[in-house]
Amino acid sequence: MGCLRFLLLLMQKKDSFESLVMEHIRLNGAYWGLTTLDLLHKLDAVDADEVIQWIMSCYHPESGGFGGNVGHDPHVLYTLSAVQVLCLFDRLDVLDVDKVADYVSGLQNEDGSFSGDIWGEVDTRFSYIVICTLALLHHLHKINVQKAVDYIVSCKNLDGGFGAMPGGESHAGQIFCCVGALAITGSLHHIDRDLLGWWLCERQCKEGGLNGRPEKLADVCYSWWVLSSLIMIDRVHWIDKDKLAKFILNCQDKENGGISDRPDNAVDIYHTYFGVAGLSLMEYPGVKPMDPAYALPLDVVNRIFLRKRD
Amino acid sequence: MAPSSSSSSEGVDDWVPPSRRPELADVVPVPQDDGPHPVVPIAYRSDFREVMDYFRALYFAGERSVRALHLTAEVIGLNPGNYTVWHFRRLVLEALDADLQEEMNFVDQIAESNPKNYQIWHHKRWLAEKLGPDVANKEHEFTRKILAIDAKNYHAWSHRQWVLQVLGGWETELQYCNQLLEEDVFNNSAWNQRYLVITRSPLHGGLVAMRDSEVDYTVGAILANPQNESSWRYLKGLYKGENNLLVADERISDVCLKVLKNDWTCVFALSLLLDLLRIGLQPSDDLRGTIEAMKNADPETADADLATAICSILQKCDPLRVNYWSWFMTTVSPQI
Repeated sequence: MGCLRFLLLLMQKKDSFESLVMEHIRLNGAYWGLTTLDLLHKLDAVDADEVIQWIMSCYHPESGGFGGNVGHDPHVLYTLSAVQVLCLFDRLDVLDVDKVADYVSGLQNEDGSFSGDIWGEVDTRFSYIVICTLALLHHLHKINVQKAVDYIVSCKNLDGGFGAMPGGESHAGQIFCCVGALAITGSLHHIDRDLLGWWLCERQCKEGGLNGRPEKLADVCYSWWVLSSLIMIDRVHWIDKDKLAKFILNCQDKENGGISDRPDNAVDIYHTYFGVAGLSLMEYPGVKPMDPAYALPLDVVNRIFLRKRD
Repeated sequence: MAPSSSSSSEGVDDWVPPSRRPELADVVPVPQDDGPHPVVPIAYRSDFREVMDYFRALYFAGERSVRALHLTAEVIGLNPGNYTVWHFRRLVLEALDADLQEEMNFVDQIAESNPKNYQIWHHKRWLAEKLGPDVANKEHEFTRKILAIDAKNYHAWSHRQWVLQVLGGWETELQYCNQLLEEDVFNNSAWNQRYLVITRSPLHGGLVAMRDSEVDYTVGAILANPQNESSWRYLKGLYKGENNLLVADERISDVCLKVLKNDWTCVFALSLLLDLLRIGLQPSDDLRGTIEAMKNADPETADADLATAICSILQKCDPLRVNYWSWFMTTVSPQI
């Protein structure tokens, strides 16, 4: 695959990448790019110390959260990306783990939901983010897990899927967040696996790609959101994997590397990550296996949970 | 007088760089610190860079002033996704006790050209919460406007549902769902909204009170367009957790039969029929006859029971999901 060339160029070049709107989500960009490199066995192409130094310069010691870039306000979106990147490099030791855990757990609301930051936007995305962050830090006990689970279950719809809030339309991205949070907290029994599994496999379009909602166009990013959810509920064999793999590979820029949302569109780091992660979930040769709940390479997750703790 | 929230009305040609504005003469710009070795380097446009440098200076100084409000409007114009700017703007608005209705007009303008931006919609919600129930209908008008351009915009729907449940304005919502489904009966967002209305609106008495008329409505929609995932799911959802009532309502098996008589390969009709058989439907002679005729077209299923035969047909009409239908067959076949 040409992805490697695209990513390595991205890490080195200072121009011709993305537009200025990337600035405030640079920490997410780092997670997408570095996880992709690790999946391709090339994480050693970057200088770990430099990355960690930069990650920590986005840290807010007063709050315990991370901003999307140096000098930006903290938000759980970037806090999870920071923790995940530190996991890739096995460097959680640089964190004040209690402080970070206090930050994310402090955003739980009375009804069990989570806000993304002090301004209070509530979304099931943030439920997943907080639960995943705390699990990676071995601090899930800091939140009321039962209430968190109850809130997610209250967002379940008649089609078996989940939305951003109670009554919100089912959407593959939100479904990943809800299923992931339920998987991490050992609460998958709240899901009607056959009903949700059918909705998810209905997302496969004729050309093989997956969409995120009925009647929408297929997009490479749903390769991750839908496949990971199907794996977590043990129904991934219900879709046509060969056709999906072909769709993803057709979205590659064969000259310069990278993957786009659909064939013949411009590549970007977001879709490159989701394409490679999707291939990983389908055990594509040469790509490391990925954990569907923690969104990290399986060996990284194993290192965190199987290592004997001090 | 409340400060004006926007400075973006000036034409592009009149744009003066912050370094040449008298009102910012005392501000020392603060450049972005990307660290010594940026992991994901970003090319900045020079006008963007300068506005950001001045914004950073006021932001780090915590200056909650009219000129800070103007500068945040400019940064938002350049990059409405920058959440730190929105945070700071809210602090400034609070400190200045600004006119929030005017702020709503400002954010509405930005939202119209950036309808898929989380920060903008959150800012609107923050304002609507402060302004209270009086703005419910105005907010509904606004989401209507956005949904007229993209009827599936997730942010607009979330906002609309939040306003309904917190500030009200349910009176015309079912009618609005009718209108959207008339325009596009395949709009899953509109079907989802319809379910919200019949289950949560204080005006309609809830799902049980609405079920009968909703079954009629949905059957009509299915017969007009049988290849519609959303309407079939909605129909089944009307009887969620009430399998005995689902089987007992003859309109449900009838609509499957009617559709299959026209097109015996309709996956949704076959699938619902399977569900009905699995939970105990005793097929009518008409239904049995229709499926027998379909079986005859396929010698492989000649000896099979009805449910198994339907699974076998589905394996052929829906090859992408052949594994799903094969699994389904194992759940309906008599155990050997």
